[in-house]
Amino acid sequence: MSGSTPRAASATTTEAPLIRGALITIALIFLTLFLFIPLAAVFYEALRKGVGVYLAAITDPYALAAIRLTLLSAAIAVPLNMIFGIAAAWAIARFEFYGKSVLITLIDLPFAVSPVIAGLIYVLLFGAQGWLGPWLAAHDIKIIFAVPGIVLATVFVTVPFVARELIPLMQAQGADEEEAALVLGASGWLTFWRITLPNIQWGLLYGVVLCTARAMGEFGAVSVVSGHIRGLTNTLPLHVEILYNEYQFAAAFACASLLTLLALVMLAIKALIEGRTHRQQRAMLARETS
Amino acid sequence: MKLRLRQPSVLPGFGLTLGFAIGYLSLIVLIPLAMAFLRAFDLSWDQFWQVVTAPRVVASYRLTFGAAFLAAAFNTVFGLIVAWVLVRYRFPGQRLVDALVDLPFALPTAVAGITLATLYSSNGWIGQYLRPLDIKVAFTPLGVIVALVFISLPFVVRTVQPVLEDLETEVEEVAASLGADRWQIFQRIIFPAIRPALLTGFTLAFARAIGEYGSVIFIAGNLPMVSEITPLLIVAKLEQYDYSGAAAVSVVMLVISFILLLLINLFQRWSRLQGGAEAMP
Repeated sequence: MSGSTPRAASATTTEAPLIRGALITIALIFLTLFLFIPLAAVFYEALRKGVGVYLAAITDPYALAAIRLTLLSAAIAVPLNMIFGIAAAWAIARFEFYGKSVLITLIDLPFAVSPVIAGLIYVLLFGAQGWLGPWLAAHDIKIIFAVPGIVLATVFVTVPFVARELIPLMQAQGADEEEAALVLGASGWLTFWRITLPNIQWGLLYGVVLCTARAMGEFGAVSVVSGHIRGLTNTLPLHVEILYNEYQFAAAFACASLLTLLALVMLAIKALIEGRTHRQQRAMLARETS
Repeated sequence: MKLRLRQPSVLPGFGLTLGFAIGYLSLIVLIPLAMAFLRAFDLSWDQFWQVVTAPRVVASYRLTFGAAFLAAAFNTVFGLIVAWVLVRYRFPGQRLVDALVDLPFALPTAVAGITLATLYSSNGWIGQYLRPLDIKVAFTPLGVIVALVFISLPFVVRTVQPVLEDLETEVEEVAASLGADRWQIFQRIIFPAIRPALLTGFTLAFARAIGEYGSVIFIAGNLPMVSEITPLLIVAKLEQYDYSGAAAVSVVMLVISFILLLLINLFQRWSRLQGGAEAMP
């Protein structure tokens, strides 16, 4: 989004300096109030009681257990949804078939479902009073209020991210290069590894970044299925909630600052990818026009 | 003639990828979602109706949909200004501001929730200036709106921005040379071009805000009838083991969300027809 071609700002296509200044001021005040102050407040509150309290909070055994669980559920959810995203994008962007638009809408479903409902449906399915509850209890398998439930809820809320990035990208690129490779005798797998994957790598990385951010930060869905057992089924966002509700504000914000740092890293990677694709697009445009 | 489900292609892997995608989607999303509907129909129609129209539930719909609508509308106005400023003007720190607009997408909602609750409490950074004005944000419906503004902030900016970038300035120059002033140009030329993107952004923000839970529960205070949102009510029913009741209220929310999703897709098709850009989530 950033780094677009500079516009020739002639007097006819821009506003008077006064209006320009006013609009920039309004935009910055709005963003300061709703973005920059909250961002600064996280780190201020986290460090207010000193570095000692901060370090103690993030090296607390319960916090470490929460970090481990958060990483574990992301490590399962992200690769699964990556494979799903690639498969779905291949089918949708490379073939014409009946019901394609229905399938695209269904992929978007988790975006439209409240996270709380995402958690609820798994409780209805696997909970003690759920459809499969008695069978699971008989076989001593725990899903709800246990790690599998947390992983499932995380997978659900992050289903669309990779697919949504890849489908428009692969549609725009077209199938010419893959068709050429196949006609020249390459196998399907070889075509995928040598042609498709290099073409979509940045879009794929972008989708994975968004997916990871959401997987590690998910709260509502995970909260419903977790049962909040400290050291066992607490993810980092849930740990933040518990500390906050116990009035351990400095500790809560210390853990929150870890998640915020993670969010900032994701944004930095995203900005890098966007800068890269922008440069590529401009290079392509320059080649076409010269 | 044989019914053909897909058009022929030399590319391999159609059956494999489509089969996997549909199977995965069914297992993770569709079958579990269908369960919520089945569970809600454990209740008779009268019971269902009683659950979803109880005064406390209706009050929560009013708050959830009302606050989500206001937050989305607020973000539509300010999001347009932010997108405009980012595309049309140059100022120091612009790249950083542009990158940070996506923060609410990346920041966990629980972090947003505790931060906003702290900022707007009566001795917080922002709350202390609102107290003399007798404006209470934390533990009121206004707090719900503030949290929803935060989490749905990027949608309008990110849907409008690419459309503004693609807009040809030549048309504006022609209009100016024909004697139109800037306001007329905005009204007659720029606004019609970005209207589909604005609507898409509004709908995405609205849909996201309706389902939001994590950021709201910390700042809202969660008083029944006053500042209790519908997702929280579902959690409350679940904690009382009222599974059918939770499923019934969820079904109402799901149906409304599906309708919104349908509208989003219609808007997107419409904006593509108008030559607008693809909207991002």
